[in-house]
Amino acid sequence: MITAAGTAALPGRAAPMLADVATITGRNLRRLVRVPTLLVFATVQPVLFVLLFSSAFGGAIHVPGVARYIDYLLPGIVVLAIGFGASQTGVAIAEDLSTGMIDRFRSLPISSGAVLAGRVTADALRNLFVVLLMIAVGAALGFRFHAGPTAALAAVALAVATGLAFSWLNLLLGLAVRDPESAGLAGLFPVIILFFTSSALVPVATMPGWLQAFARANPITVITGALRALCLGGPAARPAIEASAWLLGLLAITIPAAITRYRHATSS
Amino acid sequence: MAAIVAERLGKRFGPVVALDGVDLELPAGGVLGVLGPNGAGKTTLVRILATLLMPDQGRARVAGFDVMQHPQAVRRRIGLSGQYAAVDPFLTGQENLIMIGRLYGLPRRQARRRAADLTGRLELTDAAGRLVRTYSGGMRRRLDVAASLLAAPPVLFLDEPTTGLDPHGRLALWRVLGELTARGTSVLLTTQYIEEVERLAGTVVIIDHGTVIASGTPGQLQAQAGGDRLDLQSPPGQDPWQLAAALSALGAGEPAIDEAAGRVVLPVADGPGILPEVAGRLAAAGLHLSGLALRRPTLEEAFLALTGQPPSRTQLPQHDASGPPADSARQVQGTRSAR
Repeated sequence: MITAAGTAALPGRAAPMLADVATITGRNLRRLVRVPTLLVFATVQPVLFVLLFSSAFGGAIHVPGVARYIDYLLPGIVVLAIGFGASQTGVAIAEDLSTGMIDRFRSLPISSGAVLAGRVTADALRNLFVVLLMIAVGAALGFRFHAGPTAALAAVALAVATGLAFSWLNLLLGLAVRDPESAGLAGLFPVIILFFTSSALVPVATMPGWLQAFARANPITVITGALRALCLGGPAARPAIEASAWLLGLLAITIPAAITRYRHATSS
Repeated sequence: MAAIVAERLGKRFGPVVALDGVDLELPAGGVLGVLGPNGAGKTTLVRILATLLMPDQGRARVAGFDVMQHPQAVRRRIGLSGQYAAVDPFLTGQENLIMIGRLYGLPRRQARRRAADLTGRLELTDAAGRLVRTYSGGMRRRLDVAASLLAAPPVLFLDEPTTGLDPHGRLALWRVLGELTARGTSVLLTTQYIEEVERLAGTVVIIDHGTVIASGTPGQLQAQAGGDRLDLQSPPGQDPWQLAAALSALGAGEPAIDEAAGRVVLPVADGPGILPEVAGRLAAAGLHLSGLALRRPTLEEAFLALTGQPPSRTQLPQHDASGPPADSARQVQGTRSAR
């Protein structure tokens, strides 16, 4: 039935923003299981990270005060896996831009944040899965939570929150560089640099002096430190507050910037 | 109330002037074809009217709402099918349509019903359950058009909707658009095909270099382009220049001669009326014809007459603008025979 046109506009809805975010989230979750690259980033890569990093460095690195290296390592490579996975978010939004999907979405009567928020929500669900998968594989290799279930839940929540910040950052990058391949590189580059200059693999104290100051200020050090405190035990409040401050700061910049970019984005 | 009113719309991209004061009006229920070479500003115009771009100057109202002040109100009343097939290759055709329907605010069941209805109308029913990545280019294009129709919007923007469609797909699309316009949907479409506008009984605006250079019904534009065209085919061994010389006095303009093909195209004001005279002059000069056809000018010929240059059909650099008229005329011949 093609109804008589020229009639009234579409009716308003009760919670349009949430419904739109849910619709876009559904789209991205479908893509997640259907696009081979995305599936690999969400499944194979996290498992490989746990296996490879723990086998390669596990024999050589002994962190003072930590019985098993896997206990020290896992928080760091969870951040790495989430950071790598988030680069696909920049790729996807750049693809949507170049294929005209963004033009279509922007011509629809939806909030300008809905498309981006739907993307980030799907990412958050993927990241929750990735974190739980890595914990499971890690547990098979000897990883244990040492600070109780509440701290363990807080660690998972912090990891997912880290993913949110990465996702928004990559949305901004993807909308800024526009080209899918460049967006992928732009998303990976900062993660690689920050990861290897952080305490993710080795304690800051073992680094050369010139690097230590940078490594201490490095947000990945801060976030990994907070995750470790929540997993291994010890004073966790201060690291968690510092990590949250980093994430909130990053979100406060990237969310409005990404939405502004989106509002003016059209395929070239 | 007019479906679309644009006043002195202007848009620059850096040093490039994409639109330079475009005025146009589309009455509710009408079909407006926007014709123009690539780079003329057609897509920029559509994007401004569909609220994707802000104009630098001028204003526009769509379905009664200002595109700059009330973009959300405009978006509730428009459908857009852009130049690219904006569909997700990793969703099925049906999933794509249901997603768009949900974003228009349709309840799930209604979105599903509309999706099924439109896939049927655009002859995609068999493919509706398949991932779009397995679709041909023409199928994606039709799905994209279906997406723009989901909410049965009163105003529809179609940016070259039939480019890349095979004749069958084009007919299916024309049929659906015909039904929509018959029920009062207003349509603005950009196109390279004048038949498309004729078919949908619309009016035409020709834009070039960001300004409107001609407007009217397709018939009026073709009349402005110098009436009908007489195609004369010279038999082998006979010089087509002789044909042209014998008949040029009957023409409303200069004949175009394709020596290699032995063809002459003569613009004529009163086609059927001069046919006896044509026969008489040929007999008097002792000339023969192996083929004769009287037809309306093609879009290229209308362009040639109205702009002094043929429309570019590709992104290739244009040499014709500076070339002599005879060269342009030959090119018209070449493209015509390809259609």
